[in-house]
Amino acid sequence: MSERVLEIDSVSKEYRLGSYGSGTLYRDMQSFMARIRGREDPNRKIYAREQIRGEYLMALNQVSLALNRGDALGILGRNGAGKSTLLKLISRITAPTAGEIRIKGRVASLLEIGTGFHPELTGRENIYLNGAILGMTRGEITRKLDEIVDFSEISQFVDTPVKRYSSGMYVKLAFAVAAHLDPDILICDEVLAVGDVAFQQKCLNKMSDVARGGRAVIYVSHNMRTVSQLCSRAVFLDRGRLTYDGTVAHAMDLYAGAGLRSVERDLDALPRTRDRGESMRMLKMVVLNNQSMEYEQDSDMEFTLTVRANVSEPNCRIRFIVLSNNAAPLATAQCPAFRVEAGETFTRGFRVNLGRLAPGEFGIKIQLIGSRHDGRASYYDTVVDCGRFVVTDDPARNQGFIWNEPVWGSVRLRDCETWPVEEDVCP
Amino acid sequence: MWDKSVKWDTTIRPKKGWFQIDFRELWRYRDLILLMVKRDFKVFYKQTILGPAWVVLQPLFTTLVFTVIFGNVARLPTDGMPSFLFYMAGNIAWQYFSSCLIQTSNTFVQNSKLFGKVYFPRMVMPVATVMTKLIDFLVQFALFLVFLVIYAVKPGSPVAPNWQLILLTPVMLLQMAMLGLGFGIIVSALTTKYRDLAMLVSFGVHLWMYATPVAYSSSLIYQNYPALAKILMLNPMTPVIELFRSAYLGVEMTCAPYIWISWVTTFAVLFVGIVLFTRIERTFMDTV
Repeated sequence: MSERVLEIDSVSKEYRLGSYGSGTLYRDMQSFMARIRGREDPNRKIYAREQIRGEYLMALNQVSLALNRGDALGILGRNGAGKSTLLKLISRITAPTAGEIRIKGRVASLLEIGTGFHPELTGRENIYLNGAILGMTRGEITRKLDEIVDFSEISQFVDTPVKRYSSGMYVKLAFAVAAHLDPDILICDEVLAVGDVAFQQKCLNKMSDVARGGRAVIYVSHNMRTVSQLCSRAVFLDRGRLTYDGTVAHAMDLYAGAGLRSVERDLDALPRTRDRGESMRMLKMVVLNNQSMEYEQDSDMEFTLTVRANVSEPNCRIRFIVLSNNAAPLATAQCPAFRVEAGETFTRGFRVNLGRLAPGEFGIKIQLIGSRHDGRASYYDTVVDCGRFVVTDDPARNQGFIWNEPVWGSVRLRDCETWPVEEDVCP
Repeated sequence: MWDKSVKWDTTIRPKKGWFQIDFRELWRYRDLILLMVKRDFKVFYKQTILGPAWVVLQPLFTTLVFTVIFGNVARLPTDGMPSFLFYMAGNIAWQYFSSCLIQTSNTFVQNSKLFGKVYFPRMVMPVATVMTKLIDFLVQFALFLVFLVIYAVKPGSPVAPNWQLILLTPVMLLQMAMLGLGFGIIVSALTTKYRDLAMLVSFGVHLWMYATPVAYSSSLIYQNYPALAKILMLNPMTPVIELFRSAYLGVEMTCAPYIWISWVTTFAVLFVGIVLFTRIERTFMDTV
């Protein structure tokens, strides 16, 4: 077994709301007086979340986790699930309320890199300063200086004050410093928001190198593509609790699917982009003959759509688009045209054959289209989050294999044919 | 699930205990302290016309004003010393202390962005500040020495530096740094919760100066208000300023019996400061 580098032992973090951090003595007195007189605290912040108990918010609740050398761990969870809080605890920015975190070696965090850069100082000076802030000694930085400058791709500007840098250059330099820290645990939080695609790829490669080089990486991102590319393991945080620890694919399912697998959706309330859903609007979607939104491979999904039309359209169609976990389109089905009169609200049934979709979890995007005179589609309405469904795995269909989505993809082609070929005996 | 065999380098626990400052860790980050000093020094003078001249102009003008107002207009006695030199000695010493205090008192609020992103011993920042201010002091001190020599070589000059006491200069500087740092970090710890204190600091330090023999000599107070003089001596800065003047100007020292009180206060203040600071540093991100 490889060496343990991090243990998070039933750690909780509690934030106090309201009376904390009002900032002035006057407000604190005000709150205090209100409490004495039994009135409501005028400075109390209002939150509407489940984790709140009285004046306390449990940002993390009894979270336990262990990390070994070579692990690349992804942390997934919706906003407010406690991901950033967990990273802040590991990187010692704030202390836990209960529990213990044990660390072996050096932790480097890339929580919004480039902090500590001073705009007036040159690139070189900032490399030293930032390196020292991240825990390197001056000697170490000097040894790695060339490497850092090379990696950052800004070698000709290294003696220019960073205030003259573009934001891309800034991030490149900052990431270069952090990437050369040689930490035992590297923590990254949405660092790749800036920088061009090539540089992003370079960063991801660097992080994979860190993991492969026998160190551990903890990565938090809402970008599923990078998580699946980088991480070998993932955990899912749900409102402060760690509810899953295991494969990246399953954690991503949990992340993408939390709460959307209902059989009846109020499409009217969902957001649209501009100009969509005005002349024709999808109001409701009801899935028939299925309570769990789980389907076998090659089965049919039946649903009804209720649509309100303000215009007539002789060639109305729906387009049923299947989305992958990271919201990329995978497959599309269209229905034959039907006629719609202005002013009517109608309900139609639809049946979609899921065909060659492989086991996994998918999203549904539905478009309501008409055809224009030039033969192209005119879009009346588009709803991206119509719901999610699962295609269940049936190893019998896959010759006993369990479908491995990250490796095999999301489409299962028909079994290929095979036959023996007799070797020609060459004369 | 837990691996009992591992020897952990760091264990993060909820805050408990009172006095937890890791001096070894601070020492490991000494390069950061030096780089911070360098940064502060460089950045401070970038985009100023006169650059480092500001360091000497400030005490020079304050001293001139003191000389005119207190020396010439109010005619306060300066223990027989040239009033310019007398005020300058008090001024640069006070300046060092007060700038340490004021600057370090901003530690958390000013660095909250940085502290919110990366961990390093928070004490790095105030320590670096105190060292940056020391550079400023040394520049001012050099100017003071120039004037000292000019006045001292004049025939019949009353200025008579006390060489033994001059050897104690590093100790005086250390005490001023410790006091400034101590008070500064106390305030910085408290300002994370109450910003009001920040308003009080510069104003309070200004008042404090008048409770310290900077613009007058303590012998003046002794002669006129002996009871008040005792209270004046409880001010931990009084003996330091007095000692500084005695060393370089040769003024008679009236504060000798009070030096130990001043040192006890200094250690107490620094201790309380470290306790508060280390308590706050672990969770201040939740309150700022």
